[in-house]
Amino acid sequence: MKLILAVVATDQTQVGGGAPIFYARSEEEKTQLALLIAKILGAAVHDLHNGVLVVVQH
Amino acid sequence: MARLYMLRRDYRQYPSYPQGWAVHLFVGFIGAAIGAVIVPAVLEKEYAAVSFLILAASQFREVRNVERATLGAMESTELVQRGTAYIEGIARVFEARNYLSIWVAFSVAVVAELGVEPLWVRLGACALAGLLVTMLLSRLMRGLKIGDIAAVELAQLYFEGALLKVEETVMMNVGLHAARAVYMERGLAAKIIPDGPNAKATLANLGQMQAIAHDVAAMIGVYMDVGEQEFIPMVRRNPGSGCLYLVMVPSEADEQAFLAAVRRVPVLEGAVRKPLTSVAGKMVD
Repeated sequence: MKLILAVVATDQTQVGGGAPIFYARSEEEKTQLALLIAKILGAAVHDLHNGVLVVVQH
Repeated sequence: MARLYMLRRDYRQYPSYPQGWAVHLFVGFIGAAIGAVIVPAVLEKEYAAVSFLILAASQFREVRNVERATLGAMESTELVQRGTAYIEGIARVFEARNYLSIWVAFSVAVVAELGVEPLWVRLGACALAGLLVTMLLSRLMRGLKIGDIAAVELAQLYFEGALLKVEETVMMNVGLHAARAVYMERGLAAKIIPDGPNAKATLANLGQMQAIAHDVAAMIGVYMDVGEQEFIPMVRRNPGSGCLYLVMVPSEADEQAFLAAVRRVPVLEGAVRKPLTSVAGKMVD
């Protein structure tokens, strides 16, 4: 089963809801955060093309 | 006397990995013993013995269960999983091999009972019969490879935003720039073009797709570690053409080895479909 483990975004107005949300201050920090979270959880990072990254367990 | 030939027959029992070698050698030996004993038993009109032997032969079904359980238990330790369809196929092959050893021993026993004299001629005839039947059966049992039912060629992979694509088919969403760079630098993609409607239906089997990913990864190695889901080999299907696309990051970027590996993936027995043998299938074609 696929599961969104975390959401990483820069814009606070863009995201909300159930999954853990991590706010980053820059694009660079966003990618770095997503990478670290994915490595910790053994999951994959996917780009939603609107500035939001999701970490998904496959 | 036939026991001698049973032993040589058992060399076919080599499993694909050495740990299981002894187990399968022994089970094959039992199978060969059964095959060889059937002929004298019938000749002596010992029908009770024959039915007992048939009962013993049915025990070989256990082999399939054991093999399935072993591979199923090891599945979680594979970087790229085999998939249940592939495990089922392997288990079936192991079971069938035992029946093959019965057949060969049986044929050898028949030749031995023909009573050719002198003894060394009989020995020679038995050996020849065993060899011939072994060769015949192994040829019949060989099965198809992907290269037999489809053309395999290299394809170009590219990114459209985060979407990894091969031709027009989306393979996956890769979020990290670093992972995209690895794909652009080392990734390889193959296009598997089915030869006809039969091959198209066979390749559409999910188990077959997973088997391709597993086998290619096993043959040429995969550039990934535990938990790196970005680099898991992906097989996707183009619903329009029925073509399969395989994308992966091999540990060595050797294009020819990559293509050869794809061509050598076995076609799973459980995946084979033949729509062309049906009336409706012919009408669609």
